[in-house]
Amino acid sequence: MRPCAVIGVGQSRHASRRDDVSLAGLVREAVDRALADAALTLEDIDAVVLGKAPDMFEGVMMPELYLADCLGAGNKPLLRVHTAGSVGGSTAIMAVNLVRAGLHSRVLAVAFEKQSESEAMWALSPKYPFQPPLLAGAGGYFAPLVRAYIRRSGAPQDVGIRVAVKDRKHALLNPYAHLHLPDISTEAVASSAMLWDPLRYLETCPSSDGACAMVLTSEDAARHAPGPVAWVRATAMRSEPTLFAGRDQVNPQAGRDCAAALYKLAGITSPRREIDVAELYVPFSWFEPMWLENLGFAEPNEGWRMTAEGATALGGALPVNPSGGVLSTNPIGASGMLRFAEAALQVRGLAGEHQVDGAKVALGHAYGGGSQFFSMWIVARQQL
Amino acid sequence: MKKARAVAIVAFAQSPAVRREWARDDVELLLPVIQAALGQAGLRKEEVGFTASGSSDFVTGLPFSFVLALDAVGASPPIEETHVEMDGAWALYEAWVRLSLGDVDTALVYAFGRSSLGEPRDVLGMQLDPYYVAPLAPDAISLAALQARALLDSGRATERSLAEVTARSRRNAKANPNAQLSGDFLPEALLDAPYLVAPLRRHDCPPISDGAVAVVLAAGEKARAATARPAWIRGIDHRIESHGLGMRDLTRSPSTALAAANAGVSQGSVDVAEVHAPFSHQELILREALGLDGAVDLNPSGGALAANPLMSAGLIRIGEAARRVMDGTARRAVAHATSGPCLQQNLVCVLEATP
Repeated sequence: MRPCAVIGVGQSRHASRRDDVSLAGLVREAVDRALADAALTLEDIDAVVLGKAPDMFEGVMMPELYLADCLGAGNKPLLRVHTAGSVGGSTAIMAVNLVRAGLHSRVLAVAFEKQSESEAMWALSPKYPFQPPLLAGAGGYFAPLVRAYIRRSGAPQDVGIRVAVKDRKHALLNPYAHLHLPDISTEAVASSAMLWDPLRYLETCPSSDGACAMVLTSEDAARHAPGPVAWVRATAMRSEPTLFAGRDQVNPQAGRDCAAALYKLAGITSPRREIDVAELYVPFSWFEPMWLENLGFAEPNEGWRMTAEGATALGGALPVNPSGGVLSTNPIGASGMLRFAEAALQVRGLAGEHQVDGAKVALGHAYGGGSQFFSMWIVARQQL
Repeated sequence: MKKARAVAIVAFAQSPAVRREWARDDVELLLPVIQAALGQAGLRKEEVGFTASGSSDFVTGLPFSFVLALDAVGASPPIEETHVEMDGAWALYEAWVRLSLGDVDTALVYAFGRSSLGEPRDVLGMQLDPYYVAPLAPDAISLAALQARALLDSGRATERSLAEVTARSRRNAKANPNAQLSGDFLPEALLDAPYLVAPLRRHDCPPISDGAVAVVLAAGEKARAATARPAWIRGIDHRIESHGLGMRDLTRSPSTALAAANAGVSQGSVDVAEVHAPFSHQELILREALGLDGAVDLNPSGGALAANPLMSAGLIRIGEAARRVMDGTARRAVAHATSGPCLQQNLVCVLEATP
């Protein structure tokens, strides 16, 4: 397996509605920034991998066909990945594999969602033939899992509020974040409307228009990069079915297995000690402590203590989502890639005001479906 | 293309293509196909290293249609798995890339398409540029007719040569128990049929099909252990062209020609070719782009004119080509898959009996 590095990262400005750009314009905003970061042009790219969540969000079937021109993909290979909410991560991993297999030396990975062109609540509430209707959106699906976590762990009721306040404060340091709420406070979150008990309005991710892009290259191309690079130490993916007897949806085995495989490949034996910063897919506040346990940063039922002690805030022992995370910016198809890209920015030392001092090893994490699809990577300042 | 690890197709199974699958859901459609493919390869599901699937939400009319389909794999304990919102041929490409890395030896690739749930000619129109083209509501058959007209005007095909493609496809399909349309037709008789969208007649267009397909890949010794005669992937490549129909010469397929060159189609004689041409005239364009001469046994399965489950028909072409290498009918075979309006995106795979 050949080495692979991130040499360019770009993201769009994120907002509830980006009426000023088409789908192609939105995607190019991120792509142009990633290429500028890598000091490359579209002509230098050998292959493109594009990911997004369901086509019904924008009402365009297989939009990579229409986007081929804006991606400069003419006469090149173009792949389209769709693995629900984890797709941004899976897209990056596909691009890494193309480099690692020695097929291409410079691959562009792109993910986007323009949620203003649809109603996500509707699109996330399908009526499947032969299945009972859910019609509750993502929050309706995940809230019972959060209640189960609280009951199981005995966590105090304010842990979710702490996560929401922390991530929204972090977002104030990230110029690309969708939500900038300068007046955010414990009281503001606690008094916001209860949407899906126990998840309040301000503990919930927004619907965003946005895109993210990365340039991934072979070792030789990375040596010619103009700036610092992030070496891809390891990638991992795991899936399990939505429903089966005995499935633990609070702490899914697919996530635990994925993290274990990832750490083994990256040579990490103590994630809490060896990982400096983590960008986790936390669309609802309580998923921070849940994922801390699933990812092995804390023992089962103990993850909330890290949040409560402030360990996951900037300046803490393990900063989680210094970018503001999914709670602050959620263009669904791009959200996973934003986690991967922010991890890369951290180890490159290019995260700006939300930089974690001295970050050398970072985790990017994404999940999708009913907590059943996982994709993760470890990036580092140094090659293994 | 750089030399990659030796990877082969070792099993292939498909469901009979039908006009409308009323009784079974996607999982029930896929389950026997996946089990048959794994059975051929002598693999238990726990032994599969990587799984990739292809399907389209717009075809099914549901977001996340691949999610429940995962039940057909029985992914507990958890597996390494991914999905392309494309024809399963591109899922196979992804699996081939994954096996090329060297740490995983086997892969399951599957695809499904329930085309009957909508009107495919309208559904496929949703692939178009959403701002300038899709609002005009051109449907897939009308776009193909534009391409066919351009080809006829170029003087490189006639309406009779189109009818000959269909006649041969349906004649070949008589030997394919999974085909939907088959039989003996004289080109002259086909030319008596009225136009559907001129210059295309109904028989120049693919049937609406529901179906599923599964293929098993294996690397090196694992491939030899799975079957006596693996179909080795000697080259595989895919390329896309501009989306703008006015930006390209619709009578040619340069992305197919480029993929064919990268896959090494011309580096040996071709015994069998399975070409994904949903419309009769597209076979003529593709034959030229692939550089296939008259000696090649073209679409012995009947091709997409005989059965066209969306998002599966391309992977079926690869499976059909591989089957002929595995059963000894062919020493060297070419498979092709297409995606997008008027052959916008194309994949070419060369399969050989020796690695």
